[in-house]
Amino acid sequence: MKRVTMLTVIGLIWATGSLASDVMRMAVTTSFHNSGLAEVLLPELRKDLDLEVQLLVVGTGQALKLGEAGDVDAILVHSKTAEEAFVESGYGTHRRQIMYNDFVFIGPSTDPAGLSDMETAVQSLQNIAEAEATFVSRGDDSGTHKKELSLWEDANLDPGSFDRWYNAVGAGMGAALNTASAMDAYILSDRASWLNFGNKGDLALLFSGDPVLFNQYAFLPVNPARHDHVKADLTDKLEDWLTSDRAKELIDSHTIDGETLFVFNAQPAD
Amino acid sequence: MVELWDGLAQAFWLVVTADSELVEIALRSLQVTLTALLVACLIAMPLAALLAVSRFRLRRVVIATLNALMGLPPVVVGLIVYVILSRSGPLGVLALLFTPTAMIIAQVIIVVPLIASIAHQSLRDLWQEYHDLLISMNVTQTQKMQTLLWDARRALLTATLAGFGRAIGEVGAIMIVGGNIDNATRVLTTAIALETGKGEFALALALGFVLIALTLLVNLCIHWLGKTEREGRW
Amino acid sequence: MTLDGRGVCVIIGPNGSGKTSFLRLLHGTARLHSGSILWSCSTEEARRRQSFVFQHPVMLRRSVLENLLYPMLIRGFRGKAAQAQAEAWAERTGLQDTLQRPASVLSGGEQQKLAIARALVTKPDVVFLDEPCASLDGRATREIETILTEIKAQGTGLVLSTHDMGQARRLAETAVFLLRGRVHETGNAAAFFNRPKTKAAQAFLNGDIVE
Repeated sequence: MKRVTMLTVIGLIWATGSLASDVMRMAVTTSFHNSGLAEVLLPELRKDLDLEVQLLVVGTGQALKLGEAGDVDAILVHSKTAEEAFVESGYGTHRRQIMYNDFVFIGPSTDPAGLSDMETAVQSLQNIAEAEATFVSRGDDSGTHKKELSLWEDANLDPGSFDRWYNAVGAGMGAALNTASAMDAYILSDRASWLNFGNKGDLALLFSGDPVLFNQYAFLPVNPARHDHVKADLTDKLEDWLTSDRAKELIDSHTIDGETLFVFNAQPAD
Repeated sequence: MVELWDGLAQAFWLVVTADSELVEIALRSLQVTLTALLVACLIAMPLAALLAVSRFRLRRVVIATLNALMGLPPVVVGLIVYVILSRSGPLGVLALLFTPTAMIIAQVIIVVPLIASIAHQSLRDLWQEYHDLLISMNVTQTQKMQTLLWDARRALLTATLAGFGRAIGEVGAIMIVGGNIDNATRVLTTAIALETGKGEFALALALGFVLIALTLLVNLCIHWLGKTEREGRW
Repeated sequence: MTLDGRGVCVIIGPNGSGKTSFLRLLHGTARLHSGSILWSCSTEEARRRQSFVFQHPVMLRRSVLENLLYPMLIRGFRGKAAQAQAEAWAERTGLQDTLQRPASVLSGGEQQKLAIARALVTKPDVVFLDEPCASLDGRATREIETILTEIKAQGTGLVLSTHDMGQARRLAETAVFLLRGRVHETGNAAAFFNRPKTKAAQAFLNGDIVE
């Protein structure tokens, strides 16, 4: 009897399996994943295309590396210069815009650097540097991190010269927000990650709306000429779906606490 | 403190309602760990037995190396396996990266030195006891190993449980080689890391309590199986 | 020197004279640095047809029955025949009531009897015994000597070492006297005990300390 029970349990443990007939892998950024949009889109993909998309949630830097190595079939990231370089070097076939959201500045509700009175993102950063207010940076070569660095550059400031108030944590959006919450610090975040974040503590959204904080997401299929195992037919199907009206409907209507996160802006393919 | 209670409550709720996601990742945790454990034992125990009964010049060096490998940082093992299994790596054609198989491979590498070292200690002690007798009986090398492995099975069970504990709690290596893909390579430990990163502490704790309970359960089961096979014989 | 493969040959000598080493050399578990040991058959076959009983019995961590089955198991004999053989020997050595018990819980005397039974279960032609009764009391010693006499009567050769002179006189047919690692004297037991040829042997038999 004991033997039978054990064998049944062992059998159950190993009886797992995937059900969709087509499977592909895509690297996406932590910002995208934290928005919860994947939970909306993936089941629809299964239904509409019988396609299972396995998501690897990593920073933009690692996503691009995965694409270069051919370990994924496509990537969805938000760092235009890096994306263009990716296509330029022949790792990706092309870049297709899908949607955008925006970055926001989060910080302690007391706002010691006075961000809520500022007009531009650059001014906000200058205030933070002057006040030497505690700041948490992604520090992980992600799209968000690259955006942050470009803003510091626009403000004529060099993060390399900052004192201990500037903390580069080398982590994903959620983890960085955790740290900022614990330290009561300022941080640049994408709106979706912030809205979906479960540990806000004493932090609040202090600045947003500057057009320079506009954050474009693009889909890049990995080049099958470089890696012939890449599932080009599936990436084509996925791209068509992501730029279709169906996707537009799902993306534009996805909200957290009543706020829309993304704006669909894919153009028809030419 | 509130989070601990929240975590416990959530854990209870998830288990009682047999939450489908929880069941899926818990089963996958067991699947990966138990498979890795089985493969690791099949490699480590005969190896330990061979080392116990053999006499060759480099024996001490091999044993010292095995002991040292116990201290191998798991995340580094994960990284090396990743680089090897990546499509751009030497074994890329096997398409194993980001699959449960890759996770099993990484865990086997991490756990074999542990099991082999512990097993070797006990087998060596037993060999000191049996040495004169078995040599006098003209037993073959294989028979020596078989006899030691069978008679030391209690101690080998301890080695196995040590390996299980190490494997089920592993997160760094399997995160790297598995990619923590939802519905494909996510297990309890990587899910905990994920939820913690999202600031969802209560859920992360809940998963943690489930992991602890699962580990204890498996340990108890293995003990139970072991004892009732041979009552009072050990 | 030549030893007869039948009968009882007793190796005696003071402590440290090399009795254990001598037995091991004959059995083949100690390495020869010079000289050779020849059997009337090939050395390989000779190894298969002998057994060794240690001064302190080495028990396998198994039951009494499994200990008895082990030598047959490693030669590929299993099943009912092997079981019957094991039980027969347990009977002859008075261990039939302990078959299912772990060998480790037996008394010293019982363990040694088990070791002897185990050594005999493969029907060897020669059994080497290294001071088999050294750690046993009078009664256990008596029981073992009875068993040894019986098997000798059935044709199994015995080569045993002992420091018990009484035992040596009771059992020996051939005697080998060792002193300081050399064979000092050897010959028919009766002749040796009554009229030893060397002074050292005489002194030893008198109970004087001989180094």
